[in-house]
Amino acid sequence: MDILSIIAVASIITAGLTTGIGCIAPALGEGRAIASALTSLAQQPDASATITRTLFVGLAMIESVAIYCLVISMILIFANPFWNYVIAHAGGH
Amino acid sequence: MHLTSDDVVVWHYGFVKLNLTILTTWVLMLILVGGSALMTRKLSDGIRISRWQSFLEILVTFFLQQFEEVGLPNPARYLPYLATLFLFIAIANLCTVVPGYEPPTGSLSTTAALALSVLIAVPLYGIRERGLGNFLQSYLKPTVIMLPFNIISEFSRTLALAVRLFGNMMSGAMILAILLTIAPLVFPLLMSILGLLTGMVQAYIFCILATVYIAAATRTRDEETV
Repeated sequence: MDILSIIAVASIITAGLTTGIGCIAPALGEGRAIASALTSLAQQPDASATITRTLFVGLAMIESVAIYCLVISMILIFANPFWNYVIAHAGGH
Repeated sequence: MHLTSDDVVVWHYGFVKLNLTILTTWVLMLILVGGSALMTRKLSDGIRISRWQSFLEILVTFFLQQFEEVGLPNPARYLPYLATLFLFIAIANLCTVVPGYEPPTGSLSTTAALALSVLIAVPLYGIRERGLGNFLQSYLKPTVIMLPFNIISEFSRTLALAVRLFGNMMSGAMILAILLTIAPLVFPLLMSILGLLTGMVQAYIFCILATVYIAAATRTRDEETV
């Protein structure tokens, strides 16, 4: 394989794996967070405003982990710096 | 397919480039500033107030209450900055219902600028509220060993703010574009509804996180012990 195909194969596989594996941990974390928030809501419905707000902020924080992985995947697919570098140098010769 | 609206250059002259992100931001600023100017033109403190005034009063009261609940004492002092952050991000995200519109928050340069403004605003408010020496001492807590970690956390949370907003908005637009090519009938509609919800939640999160950071920086010592 020439250098371009190696970069393409590595980028595509890594992009899939990054989002695939990177979503597992945030999913587990969000599930736990929502489960405990529901338990607290059932125990103390009066505090629902505080619990819901804290839950939303917490969920967004956890979710950003998955979003980081997604950003890396998107960069690998749509704006791959290594790919662009090789293309630019191949065009120069 | 382009990743962000930065890549779309609307106008360029020499090395000066005007891309779609800047243009959309300017239009949004015009809408926000013009709309506010129109709404606040005829304010009254009588019993009969206009619809727009009562709308604005609902907004302001809601913001003040939210900031107070998060733990920011005296929220009216920070209302202009924090509410502007929320309104700009919320309007920028909500306008995705307009066809052909690309949210400026889906570009890393916009979100990085917003996050940098938070990075600068937090120490400024802290120094104004507590004095320079007192504020700098807060970096040495609980012990001196924590100094580098406190400084790193300042920057890492700025990065997190920027990438979180960018990633959410960019992924929303990207998923929509991909779905349009594989299942163009109903699914893009559902995803864009979800995108609107995500946009509002992200605007709220950005604003609340900025509030929490400012609240942590401006908390004086007698309040900490309570």
